[in-house]
Amino acid sequence: MTRPTRIEIDCSTGVESIIELTDAEIAQMEADAQAAEARKAEEDAVRQAEADAKASAQAKLATLGLTPDEIAALTK
Amino acid sequence: MANTMTLISSVTVGADGASSIDFTSIPSTYTDLLLKVSVRSNNASVLDTLGINFNGSSANYTMRNLLNEGGTPASYTQTAYASQNATGYQSGATATASTFGNTELYFPNYAGSNNKSVSVDSVSENNASAGWLWLGADLWSQTAAINRITLLCAGGTNSFVQYSTAYLYGIKNS
Repeated sequence: MTRPTRIEIDCSTGVESIIELTDAEIAQMEADAQAAEARKAEEDAVRQAEADAKASAQAKLATLGLTPDEIAALTK
Repeated sequence: MANTMTLISSVTVGADGASSIDFTSIPSTYTDLLLKVSVRSNNASVLDTLGINFNGSSANYTMRNLLNEGGTPASYTQTAYASQNATGYQSGATATASTFGNTELYFPNYAGSNNKSVSVDSVSENNASAGWLWLGADLWSQTAAINRITLLCAGGTNSFVQYSTAYLYGIKNS
């Protein structure tokens, strides 16, 4: 299997190099990916909880007799 | 007011792809930097996130963005990629063939001794009704001059595909 590569451009010389990632770099990239995925899942859960709370609040306002326009005006 | 713009370096990704694009030894002789990026990743989705870090550092990155996520407005303080800044969209593997996400990044006073800010304007391209737009304000809370800029597929193990390009310009006010 081909090892992943990175492209490095030395701006002082204009020389472009294609460099294979080291084992350590590959391991770091995979660790970063796992960490990012976990943190993204946490953020998504927070956003979903906020959206659920907003929908619940709007439903309760509707049961109090507010029209959709009035609810929208409150939440702008 | 900046009034000159000089191409410092550019790169086009070859057939093997690249996990990152790394501009090193950036001269400190300009006032600002401008980076124009046209990239697509092999992420198995319609889009991917573009990442960036400076001087090889993996710390002190924060950002705030305004998004249109396929028709839904949103704004985030991104924390998912703390070792780099998420700094825009790029097209992913299921986006319309041969389309590339476009991002422009502006680095004012990149060689100064204050913390480094970046203005971001980004869009992922796809021939469909839904589009993704990103306006961002990035911050690297470090006072060192930026001498290296690394572009990545944010937080993932994806790669930039062939014909992805990045052009780095130096801006001067004289």
